[in-house]
Amino acid sequence: MIGIIRYGAGNIFSLTATLERLGIAYGMINSEADFEQYDRYIIPGVGHAGAAMHKLEKTGLVPAIKTLNKPTLGICVGMQLLTSYSEEGASDLLNIFPVKTLKFPKSSTSKVPHTGWNQVFAEKENPLFENIPAGSHFYFVHSYFIEYDPLYTLSSTSYINKFSASIWHDNFYGVQFHPEKSGVHGETLLKNFSKI
Amino acid sequence: MLTKRIIPCLDVKDGRTVKGVNFVDLRDAGDPVELAWNYSQQGADELVFLDITATVERRKTMVELVKSVARQINIPFTIGGGINEIADADALLNAGADKISINSAAVRNPALIDELAKAFGVQFVVIAVDTRVMGNKNIVHLNGGRLPTEKETLNWILEAESRGAGEILLTSMDHDGTKAGFDNGLLKLVNDSVNIPVIASGGAGSVQHFVDVFKQTNVDAALAASVFHYGEILIPDLKKVLKQNNIEVRV
Repeated sequence: MIGIIRYGAGNIFSLTATLERLGIAYGMINSEADFEQYDRYIIPGVGHAGAAMHKLEKTGLVPAIKTLNKPTLGICVGMQLLTSYSEEGASDLLNIFPVKTLKFPKSSTSKVPHTGWNQVFAEKENPLFENIPAGSHFYFVHSYFIEYDPLYTLSSTSYINKFSASIWHDNFYGVQFHPEKSGVHGETLLKNFSKI
Repeated sequence: MLTKRIIPCLDVKDGRTVKGVNFVDLRDAGDPVELAWNYSQQGADELVFLDITATVERRKTMVELVKSVARQINIPFTIGGGINEIADADALLNAGADKISINSAAVRNPALIDELAKAFGVQFVVIAVDTRVMGNKNIVHLNGGRLPTEKETLNWILEAESRGAGEILLTSMDHDGTKAGFDNGLLKLVNDSVNIPVIASGGAGSVQHFVDVFKQTNVDAALAASVFHYGEILIPDLKKVLKQNNIEVRV
């Protein structure tokens, strides 16, 4: 059963609605004692990464999150929180991944936010992307991206530059796109995560 | 590559889908949730729901609709119509809406754009602009195109972008309902002037019109209602033709 970490950054109705539709059981984590009830975790998040980190710190859950050893998936800003730093609000983050979250550079041909369906290419073998063909489209909405890193990038997408569409290290995973809004491939990814 | 988006638009009144020809005669085109699900299965990239309900119960009705949509479909959707304050937007966000679209309320109170962007992020804020040519200028109109404002369309769009709009939904009222094609001249001018996504709206009548709007203006998305609702254009066929024309789409 998935425990969703609650810290007040954005709405999670679409995520929980999708889990329900897929028959994936979930519950909410509001305090440290709640962690042990679940065998995997999701860190959701939309909005401003600095503000989200501030809210997460206020819950007191940060030390527990850093020591989690069960599968943990950050989504969108929830993924960015796993990195060391974001240019959004010049914020220090959880530093589970020693990579940075950067703002898309100005480009005369590409608009920011990166909005819409773009292709995701897995760079490594991992059950998270099982049954998802290379180059499948996922739905993105973001102005900041996680830098590409051969060590931590699980899948990549190209927009203005090549960036991490997902990251993976030990039990920690993050996806920049919104699986709950990404059609059948997004649903497959969530099902895969529920079985990792 | 980032794909061009095809967006069916569902006008909703009292929980039912309607579409007016030139925004006047409303015809019932079905149950919004069922339509939405069908479109998601057909390959629509996104959906827009415009609520034209005028009753005091509107927010409650809309929140219930948004929840049903979020429960049943797996693509993003935008809600517009009658959003006047932060509390309206907040209720829709918490019900599962990915974006909100505001029109008249932003024209009357442009600072609302700043407030919404600050509260929810620019990606949540779509500014819908209804435009009509008066003399030789494009002028922003309100009330479904009936009420001209003082604002020149491109100036207003640039102001909206600078205040925190994350996307522009531009409807040409001169083209809307005509099925004679999008207003590609204006759309190209706007698309070349802003650094946020632009959704073309008004005038779609054939598959070729979609090819033209993407080829000639490079907008990010194209929206239509009746050609989809009445089955005149099927989304898989449309995307096939776009792909044949080297326009990136999700299939």
